[in-house]
Amino acid sequence: MSARLEGYGRLIDRSKRVSFSFNGKRFRGYGGDTLASALLGAGQMMLGRSFKYHRPRGLVASGAEEPNALVGLGEGRRFEPDQRATTTELFDGLAAISQNHWPSLAFDIGEANNYVARFLPAGFYYKTFMAPRGAWAKIFEPFVRQSAGLGRVPVDADADSYEYVYAHYDVVVVGGGVAGLQAARAAAATGVSVLVMEDAAHWGGRAPVDGGEIDGMAPGDWVKAVLEELENAGNVILRMRMQGTGVYDHGYLLGYERVADHSPGDGRPRHRLWRIRAGRIVTATGALERPLAFAGNDVPGVMLASAMRDYLVNWGVAAGRRIVVVTNNDDAYRTALAMKAAGRVVAAVLDAREVVTSPLAQAARAAGIPVMEGRAIAEVRGRARVKSVLVTTQKGAGKAGEEIRCDAVAMSGGWSPVVHLWSHCGGKLTWDETAALFRPDPERAPTGADGAPFVLTAGAASGALALDACLADAHEAGKAAGKGAGGKASRKAGPKASCEAEAAIEPVWIMPEGAGPEKRMKMWLDYQNDVKVSDVQLAAREGYESVEHTKRYTTLGMATDQGKLSNINGLAVLSQALQQAIPQTGTTTFRPPYTPISMGAIAGEARGDLFQPLRRTVLHDWHAAHGADWEPVGHWRRPYAYLSAGESRAQAVRREVVNTRENLGLLDASTLGKIVVKGPDAGRFLDMMYTNMMSTLPVGKCRYGLMCSENGFLIDDGVVARLDDDTWLCHTTTGGADRIHGHMEEWLQTEWWDWKVYTANLTEHYAQIGVVGPKARKVLEALGGMDVSKEALPFMHWAEGALGGFPVRVFRISFSGELSYEIAVPASRGQALWDALMEAGKPHGVMPYGTEALHVLRAEKGFIMIGDETDGTVIPQDLGLNWAISKKKDDYIGKRAQARAHMADPERWKLVGLETTDGSVIPDGAYIVAEGTNANGQRNTQGRVTSSYYSPTLKRGIAMGLVLHGPERMGEEVTIPRIDGAEIRARIVETCFYDKEGAKQDV
Amino acid sequence: MLILECPCCGVMADETELAPGGEAHLTRVGPEGSDADFESYLFDRKNPKGVHFERWRHAAGCGKWFHAARSTVTLEVFGTYPAQVTEPPKALLATIAKKVPGWEGWQ
Repeated sequence: MSARLEGYGRLIDRSKRVSFSFNGKRFRGYGGDTLASALLGAGQMMLGRSFKYHRPRGLVASGAEEPNALVGLGEGRRFEPDQRATTTELFDGLAAISQNHWPSLAFDIGEANNYVARFLPAGFYYKTFMAPRGAWAKIFEPFVRQSAGLGRVPVDADADSYEYVYAHYDVVVVGGGVAGLQAARAAAATGVSVLVMEDAAHWGGRAPVDGGEIDGMAPGDWVKAVLEELENAGNVILRMRMQGTGVYDHGYLLGYERVADHSPGDGRPRHRLWRIRAGRIVTATGALERPLAFAGNDVPGVMLASAMRDYLVNWGVAAGRRIVVVTNNDDAYRTALAMKAAGRVVAAVLDAREVVTSPLAQAARAAGIPVMEGRAIAEVRGRARVKSVLVTTQKGAGKAGEEIRCDAVAMSGGWSPVVHLWSHCGGKLTWDETAALFRPDPERAPTGADGAPFVLTAGAASGALALDACLADAHEAGKAAGKGAGGKASRKAGPKASCEAEAAIEPVWIMPEGAGPEKRMKMWLDYQNDVKVSDVQLAAREGYESVEHTKRYTTLGMATDQGKLSNINGLAVLSQALQQAIPQTGTTTFRPPYTPISMGAIAGEARGDLFQPLRRTVLHDWHAAHGADWEPVGHWRRPYAYLSAGESRAQAVRREVVNTRENLGLLDASTLGKIVVKGPDAGRFLDMMYTNMMSTLPVGKCRYGLMCSENGFLIDDGVVARLDDDTWLCHTTTGGADRIHGHMEEWLQTEWWDWKVYTANLTEHYAQIGVVGPKARKVLEALGGMDVSKEALPFMHWAEGALGGFPVRVFRISFSGELSYEIAVPASRGQALWDALMEAGKPHGVMPYGTEALHVLRAEKGFIMIGDETDGTVIPQDLGLNWAISKKKDDYIGKRAQARAHMADPERWKLVGLETTDGSVIPDGAYIVAEGTNANGQRNTQGRVTSSYYSPTLKRGIAMGLVLHGPERMGEEVTIPRIDGAEIRARIVETCFYDKEGAKQDV
Repeated sequence: MLILECPCCGVMADETELAPGGEAHLTRVGPEGSDADFESYLFDRKNPKGVHFERWRHAAGCGKWFHAARSTVTLEVFGTYPAQVTEPPKALLATIAKKVPGWEGWQ
């Protein structure tokens, strides 16, 4: 089988033995190996099974385009599925497992799919899993789930760390092959800053494998010399193992650096996501070889000619002892010659072209390699490994002729420039008929903020495949990029390169061209997704004329392929089937990332404690020390309840509610928004912001206000206090503070910019403590310093003064229906005031209460809560809040919208209270059903529950809901189904359940 | 990931610092407006393929609203200017007219 060859392997270090495992079996490789080269070097040709038919699969490629050799890598907290063996650097202790097979790679049950393949064509799932509907959940879904997905999802939390890097460069070159290095050199000569990133762990790309001469040197030597020059240039940064992943608007580029994939657990972050702004981006991303579509082109042992050459030259691995080369262009002869020189038997070169006399072909003949012109492969024989090929003529229908015994096939269908990064931000392509490839069209480049193109292509990525043309193109691209990014003109000449002259390619999309259905069903276009020539042709016959639709119908180019290997062949076959030219069909859209990147890299440092910023009130630590059961509210954490020992959440909430109603509760209300609005036009402005009249609010008084959007919907509420003649303090909801401040600023800055008003969001400047309950006044009196009597400080008034030595503003407002003071104090004094209140409250049974008790207290009083009673579709009129809408004002934000026909419709659901007949608690969000069913067989609805709680005060379930004609239906009973199918009966009542006269709060 | 220059603080701001605000230079229709006018003010937007005048807020920066003239096709930014105007600056309109042949104007 395969073997390592002495004298080959420029990337491996034979003195460094590396041990690893594949499917539990131990293997040895060398330093510098990839997992793919090490496995191939150890004779392991079959590396996985295909997704749909579970066919045995081996290596096809040697780089990022590899479709088959995807493995599960690592173990436990470092396990990751779908890692490409071809781009995985080998390290000591690496553990890999193959995918898509059960129970083992060699013997697989799912391979049965292969024998029913003719019954699983494109669109099989769409056509099959339609009816009966009853089978969707029980039969179809489990079946589809069973077959869906590539690889196994990791179970454990990732052991590694990841980070972001932010960077700015004048020019970023993506690709460190000879084109990229020359482009960087030319750009650097203009004096700008340059970053060069190379996906692989070595520089120079393909050139050292492909040969030729640059400035009188072998490409490998030239690469070394240029690297040294760039390292010493002072304005060039070189990064290996870093991929240009995506190009976005205005020169934004994502780089994906695999820092420690090859040295796991060494303490460094595993990956870095580079978020780069570049003046100009040069994509020197090279080209990918295309497979040829012949019957059996997926049998392990059939690989790209360039890949076979790579394994030989880079890693000293011969993919076979006796090989056949099949091609439509000259480049594959390089593989034939290299393999022959390495002592392998090259049984034949089958060239689809009728006459081949180019220097490379002549060299092959001179080396004694049989060159068969006008020939094609009729069929590959072998199952888990190539055994032989049957030869036929390219022009015919595939009548099998001579059988050539071989254990590997090198194929070349020509080359396609890697245009992904060019295309990400809108760069367009043009079809080059002669070279049979799509190349970037510089006339239709992605443009930046200045209107100039910001992406340039260099070398093979431009379609300049020959070494001399490639370097000339790269030199020009680098120069232009440097200049475009603000560099000075450079007259430095590019390098002089030479290589063998090549004869023209002859496009071959199906081999042989007249192949019948039996053969077309065995011609793979997309190995990973098991899409064959016959599938694309079927899609065309069924009317999928757009390449995008065909892609989705057949899954061609899905998953990790994304237009790398399968794209051009697939769309050429589609074009033939549709009898139209290839450019007319076009390509599918290239989207980032170029290859899949890790979730960890995307998340960066944002995990665990750093997931998002946490806002804490000044009392946060006190809450934590006193049993706070936290609830996230926006970015804040607020105590849901304070749990005493042995107490459940529900028990704590009940205790807190009862104590507040009977004695005294303390609430940390610091998170409530506090926006100061000030200026000669502040009153006029607030009259526009609120539905209420705020300009007439007397100094010293408070008013509950509603705020709507221009669409008329209720967006926030809160108490407004007038501080002095031209100053108002607007309280907002906790979650609304920033949003409402932004809303005010938007109107001030963009509509009424001539009004003299300033706003300031002072939310965090004050701690605010609610002192709530019948004994509230007693506590404040105990602190002393201010007259807090009913006469001096009546309900809905506020006063400034000193309480127990603290400088405070005291607001007599109530969200509980109890006697209540909200005390604002500079944030730095918040804890001290809280402590003083707790101490003074001791004789009065003081207890802190959390957000859930707050909710229950307000619901018992029928007070609405933004986000419960509102959901962005509710107007104040729906909630019976007409009393808070000024009739005297000509205008306010939302007024016109509330006059629209749908808003004024009497059929809108209106807020009422709901009292269950059995005292139970209605599930939150439940619907109130009406007679009959809708077109989907679901019960008609006539309302929904917006808030629902157990009321410890009334010892029963209480709720509020929006109900059709609700306020006119007092006393009527309605039905509310539960998810478990049971039904609850509830009576429509007023929204206020407790102390309807409001006597308790106004004492 | 656009970059726009905030005309208030002068920062070349990344899109992550900015909050979008839709089409610029809308005229507010108040309680006196007809149903059709109000609907148009609330919902009708130009959505052009080409030159677009739009509102942005330097939300994670100085907090100021500003306007930007930008091509939705090429992503070229013709200019940014303060929001406290009812129409784009004349010099900017001249620049755009010169750069975009056949442009029909901002209204």
